[in-house]
Amino acid sequence: MAAGTAVKPMTAETADEIAAQEFVRVVEAHRPQIFRFLLASTRDMDLSETLTQECFLKAHRNWRHFRGDSSAMTWLMRIAINLQKDHWRNRRMQFWRHARTNAVDLDEASEWLPSGERTVEQQMLARERVKQVWKAVEGLSERQRTVFLLRYVEEQELSEIAQATGLSEGTVKAHLSRAVGKVRTELGGKR
Amino acid sequence: MSLLKNKMGNAATAGDATDSMLNPMPDPILDPMPDPMLNPISDPMLGHALTHFRQSVHAWSEAAASRPRKAVRVSVHRSWRLATGWALGCVLAAGSLASGIYEHHHRQVVARLAAQAEAAREQQLAAQRARESDEDLLATVDSDVSRAVPAAMEPLAQLMDGDDNQ
Repeated sequence: MAAGTAVKPMTAETADEIAAQEFVRVVEAHRPQIFRFLLASTRDMDLSETLTQECFLKAHRNWRHFRGDSSAMTWLMRIAINLQKDHWRNRRMQFWRHARTNAVDLDEASEWLPSGERTVEQQMLARERVKQVWKAVEGLSERQRTVFLLRYVEEQELSEIAQATGLSEGTVKAHLSRAVGKVRTELGGKR
Repeated sequence: MSLLKNKMGNAATAGDATDSMLNPMPDPILDPMPDPMLNPISDPMLGHALTHFRQSVHAWSEAAASRPRKAVRVSVHRSWRLATGWALGCVLAAGSLASGIYEHHHRQVVARLAAQAEAAREQQLAAQRARESDEDLLATVDSDVSRAVPAAMEPLAQLMDGDDNQ
């Protein structure tokens, strides 16, 4: 009889501990992206923080059911998109709360610029362009905005966007094309 | 203006790459799509605008994530809760006390009315009893008087009956 080392079966506590550590790593790795996407979608810092917390709370509750069919980022982004949809749906129901939104206006949102522009003119031009893009984004439909932000802010591939939104790649392309067309029009370019 | 400087300072410390802004090379994220509508590289202005937009959002997000949070005084909420609890307790206590007093008062009124009704009934019975005793007395007197008719008068009475028959 071979004297092999006995492999101890993993206890439930150990498995839970490993899962918790994994989840902590996922939170640390993906929290900034989720927050950034929600901030760009809502332009409301407090709301973005709240939705980000809710997103990770929901993810924590369902972490055991995450099968890894997609990446954790895609899975989290899907939760964030659904939370955002739910929020706007509830917001429409509570129409009297519209006036209490904390979303910043386009001017304030477009003031955030990396200081790469050398001259004042370049800074002004860059700020003006960013403001125009914000204006175009504001006029997009919810789906177009989501696809546009995932592509051009989060730099996701079309396949990832399709997985996160639950749309086909063709539909994602179509939404993206329309969104880019609107941005181009806002910037004064050809359509 | 100072706000803008501050924001731009934060953005600069955020460590976001700004090379693409200084050097307008094609952004790899904007490249792979062949569709001219989806590929902003075919339109340099659009490409730059989207790059600026992305960097702006990244800078804003990093600044927002590291901003100081407002500390909310929980004690205010606690004191409100305490006050609300006390107010509710007082309302409940006052309500139960008031309902007890009302119940007691209601019972007293009912008892008084019942006593009045009982007294009236007894009074009525007494009056009825007195009336009945008077009638009994009169009846007794009548029977006594009728029995007191002398027997010697009987034949005369019979004759009077015979006259009436003829």
